[in-house]
Amino acid sequence: MTKAMTGAKMVVQALIDQGVDTVFGYPGGAVLPIYDEIFQQNSIKHVLVRHEQGAVHAAEGYARSTGKPGVALVTSGPGATNAVTGLTDALMDSIPIVVLTGQVPTFMIGSDAFQECDTVGITRPCTKHNWLVKETDKLSSVLHEAFHIATSGRPGPVVIDIPKDVQFATGEYTEARQVETHYNPQVKGDMAIITELAIAMETAKRPLFYTGGGVINSGPAASQLLRELVAATGFPITSTLMGLGCYPASGENWLGMLGMHGLYEANMAMHDCDLMINIGARFDDRITGRLDAFSPGSTKAHIDIDASSINKVIKVDIPILGDVAHVLEDLLNVWKSRGRKTDKESVQKWWHEINDWRKVDCLKFEQKGKVIKPQYALSRLEELTKKHDRYICTEVGQHQMWAAQYLGFEDPNRWMTSGGLGTMGYGFPASIGVQMGHPDALVINVAGEASWLMNMQELGTAMQYNLPVKQFILNNERLGMVRQWQELLHGERYSSSWSESLPDFVKLAEAFGAKGIICSDPADLDDAIMEMLNHDGPVLFDCLVEKHENCFPMIPSGKPHNEMLLGENADTANAIQAGGAVMV
Amino acid sequence: MSPLKIKKGSTSHSAYDLRPTFSDKEERHTLAVLVENEPGVLSRVIGLFAGRGYNIDSLTVAEVDHLGHRSRITIVTSGTPQIIVQIKAQLGRIVDVHEVNDLTVEGPSVERELALFKVTGTGNDRIEAIRLADIFRASVVDSTLESFVFEITGTPEKIDAFAELMRPLGLEEIARTGVAALSRGAVA
Repeated sequence: MTKAMTGAKMVVQALIDQGVDTVFGYPGGAVLPIYDEIFQQNSIKHVLVRHEQGAVHAAEGYARSTGKPGVALVTSGPGATNAVTGLTDALMDSIPIVVLTGQVPTFMIGSDAFQECDTVGITRPCTKHNWLVKETDKLSSVLHEAFHIATSGRPGPVVIDIPKDVQFATGEYTEARQVETHYNPQVKGDMAIITELAIAMETAKRPLFYTGGGVINSGPAASQLLRELVAATGFPITSTLMGLGCYPASGENWLGMLGMHGLYEANMAMHDCDLMINIGARFDDRITGRLDAFSPGSTKAHIDIDASSINKVIKVDIPILGDVAHVLEDLLNVWKSRGRKTDKESVQKWWHEINDWRKVDCLKFEQKGKVIKPQYALSRLEELTKKHDRYICTEVGQHQMWAAQYLGFEDPNRWMTSGGLGTMGYGFPASIGVQMGHPDALVINVAGEASWLMNMQELGTAMQYNLPVKQFILNNERLGMVRQWQELLHGERYSSSWSESLPDFVKLAEAFGAKGIICSDPADLDDAIMEMLNHDGPVLFDCLVEKHENCFPMIPSGKPHNEMLLGENADTANAIQAGGAVMV
Repeated sequence: MSPLKIKKGSTSHSAYDLRPTFSDKEERHTLAVLVENEPGVLSRVIGLFAGRGYNIDSLTVAEVDHLGHRSRITIVTSGTPQIIVQIKAQLGRIVDVHEVNDLTVEGPSVERELALFKVTGTGNDRIEAIRLADIFRASVVDSTLESFVFEITGTPEKIDAFAELMRPLGLEEIARTGVAALSRGAVA
């Protein structure tokens, strides 16, 4: 059965039919009919952001923390171009979001009309798919298909560009179940190759699970199956930045994060393993380091939903195309039915090696004197909040890596960080999206002062909707990661990497009606954190930290995993050579 | 589960050999890409090649099934085997792409290209040009007292060879269509 309605009404109807409860957006001329429809209903809550980039990041935060697609609504022209960073961020991190953009009426397209831009042209390379809908009759089926494409296979952002006359015109509404699609990515892995992996696991002497964001994206069942597999085999497990939480940080087989700023034991295990089981990760350059020296002696298995991720940079021996949860279920069944065999003696020896690496205690630091070490700040934050129903967002930089190192994640969907694109300004709007999805949870954005300022206007949004997001700013008055690279790579010439003319963050918070807290003494830190937690409302926490702290461990670019820099006493003078300097 | 009806015979984007033997030698491959005939689909394909730095040696596109709303893009590309596999996988990710076939590795295939040549000259050069055109089975589609336009069909190599021969005889202009290719035999 079909129903006639306006295009604008179709948008709202399709969102309701797709189970959407929250839309992040900003109105403008080309989306007024849709805003008019939103005004006349109560099923969908609209969150007015202060900048369209914030809308998209908020939708990302909502999506990553709830597992449901996030939705953003912006106007044509600058509304659409402001959304581009968020779209690219979601594409790089495979986050399912649906972004609706207004467009000038069809008869004005191509005339350089006011607030016109080629939205589908601009967003083509930064979306999984996009549409310009020129007929109202087709709008509802495109909307339904958009949700299907955003959420199935490797998730990603989609854009639907809707000209204003299409929003006004009346057409037939098509229900989701009437829509046909040819997009149907394969989720089941090839049983023969899965069996091959099970056999490799039976004989591996130094096995390692290397997991990534694909486990999170595959849904909670994937994390559950992964835990079961790790417990049953007793193999060690590490994860990328994107995969934190898929295996609990308190789990005994957990080695911590790997990669450029990963833990010593995790990177050494990657280098020395003989069977690497990549589950939903993509051999990113932050992970591999120098390619020709990447885990030289291992057989590599790779489970991925995206064929283009397999063999892209690292040649793998056991490629399994499929969804993580489906493949892990089959893998567990095959491995169990073959008798749950592992080479226990060798794996035991492997653990001894790993435990020796663990003794290096690569995250150790000394809090002395009157200046707060950023590591100390995060350790205290972890200690005082770990029992809470907690969600963590971050911005991008040193604080992000420290957060990944010093905070523990017990469950998936609890950690929202911009991994692939590395978008400064991501965390604050993302925390707003998370809090919308989890009104009663503790949502903390671990930030640097420079990143945080990039989308600080969203403090207005947090206030308007009374979202008690905690902005935990590690303020070193520096672009810390840039400064660190200039120290290691550019002869300590700190070109434009300090934050001058910083605002008084307490007054800034108060100007918006929020609470501001400043803390500079390690002795006051616990009380200040408790004050932040006890305040029912948004808090801006200005934590003044050591200005020249470097983030370690670090694999300098162009180096293999076993040539990590450890701690303050590392020889950093010639850490990066000419070949590595060209890399970012 | 998707609330949408998945069409029968829909692509699973999995018809790739994920375990090829890699070498560092550049290879030339002809890919046939069956796509939804939607606005922007060619731009998606070309944007993929430009954005990821792949080569396009030749590209042709036209609707091949009006009712089924399908176009066929034939791309001749070159790269190491690892890059070729990556190109096919990346093409397979595009939502509007239904099928990617590598005609170079999936059995024997035929490749043809059409070209128009404008050759000007008088006297012996003109006589030589038409004699060579005859050998190459090119036909004359336009003529004046001092010019010919030849139409020639064949493999790209044949057209290259014809161009080399025409160059000293007064070659003015060439228009080439790019390669169209199909697998040999009864199976589509």
